[in-house]
Amino acid sequence: MMDRLVVSDASVLNFAPHIVFRFDELRKRWIILAPERLMLPDEQAVEILQLVDGKTGVSGIVDSLAARYSQAPRDLIAKDVTAMLQDLADKGCLAGAGPG
Amino acid sequence: MPAQVDPPLALLAELTHRCPLACPYCSNPVNLERAAGELSEQDWRRVLAEAAALGVLQVHFSGGEPMARRDLLGLIGEANGLSLYSNLITSGTLGGTREIEAFAAAGLKHVQLSFQDFAADNGDRIAGLPGAHDRKTRFAAAVRAAGLPLTLNMVVHRQNLDGVPDMIEMALELGARRIEIAHVQYYAWAFTNRAALLPTRRQLDQATEAVEAARARLKGVLTIDYVVPDYHGVRPKSCMSGWGRQFINIMPSGIAVPCHAAETLPGIAFPSVRTNSLSDIWYESDAFNRFRGTDWMAEPCRSCDRREIDWGGCRCQAFLLTGDAGRTDPVCTLSPDHGVVAAAVQEAEGLPPEFIYRSYGFLPSKAGEASAKRTEGS
Repeated sequence: MMDRLVVSDASVLNFAPHIVFRFDELRKRWIILAPERLMLPDEQAVEILQLVDGKTGVSGIVDSLAARYSQAPRDLIAKDVTAMLQDLADKGCLAGAGPG
Repeated sequence: MPAQVDPPLALLAELTHRCPLACPYCSNPVNLERAAGELSEQDWRRVLAEAAALGVLQVHFSGGEPMARRDLLGLIGEANGLSLYSNLITSGTLGGTREIEAFAAAGLKHVQLSFQDFAADNGDRIAGLPGAHDRKTRFAAAVRAAGLPLTLNMVVHRQNLDGVPDMIEMALELGARRIEIAHVQYYAWAFTNRAALLPTRRQLDQATEAVEAARARLKGVLTIDYVVPDYHGVRPKSCMSGWGRQFINIMPSGIAVPCHAAETLPGIAFPSVRTNSLSDIWYESDAFNRFRGTDWMAEPCRSCDRREIDWGGCRCQAFLLTGDAGRTDPVCTLSPDHGVVAAAVQEAEGLPPEFIYRSYGFLPSKAGEASAKRTEGS
């Protein structure tokens, strides 16, 4: 039995194999295609997911977003990002790409 | 008809009704299509292209046993080329490693594999096929070895429901990330066998408790999708998420329906992909517009605050139990017809009768005779 992927600051994440994150031209929005499941990430989630590349750690993703939204406290951004990624990891959409 | 109709999300491609299994709850129609009546590979390739253009995102290759079609590999490749996310819904009893590796290479994204029970003997008895369980176990290993994600599909009913905790263990042992524990739905073969399949309330409550405990324990490890029998519910299921809202189902003959049981509804001419484009079928056909939205509803649905949650429940169930597809699904306790469901639930407290196995040439009026002489499906 595999273990649960726990997302932390140090996690380096990638999309799990067979998960497709793409822009749907017809509906003009980003979608996540997963086994027998379609997810429609909101604008905030899309921004985070576009930074998931199998190289950048979660803390790096938070840094990018904190630079983009300087009015929001970094702690709050970190909390939101981790929660969102953990939720997707629990749905089997993300895989660890490095230490974490 | 509602002002705005969204494009469909998913295509269920029922490639064939041929299947080595004879499960007495099969969702295929009682009048099974023979091989000679099936769409050709060229037809299916055209349907896939039309589906992608229409906005379909996922295609589910199903049956019968879709691996009974020799052209399945080509169709998976076609779907992948069209950026359709493809899923194979299989019994895992035809083929193995060689086929699965080819499917994975052609772009298949996921396999949903059915088991009839966690225990081989009861599973084989329910499937009506000796050795089926062991073949499925080997098939599961082949799926994982090919690197494809695996979902176990457990159809549950009173003759296997007590094994839910063991089914979950089996899913973990076979390396599945997801298990669908879905109660039999009472149409077609399952309706014929309802008294042998509907669980008691006590059985159901125990299974639900086991699922909830496992969900908490296995969060992030195994996703458990759980579908309870709607006969035991209070409000109806949102059947297909509403008529003509998300799904197109193409039957082996090419007939397009909003759900796999809809062909049983009288007075509706379901269009065929042999003669109509998928776009015409989805947006223009009388069949797909018949129960779309809420305008068709009568009371108690019409004024119900759940009318856009349940969408009136299931049209096929309404017809099957009341003779009128336009009535409220009798599963709903607000339905004036709810007594027929309550009576079936009451009946479940008694001893179950023998199974009537799925077969070709079955005549409902000769139920006793058909159960005595089974014919092989493929």
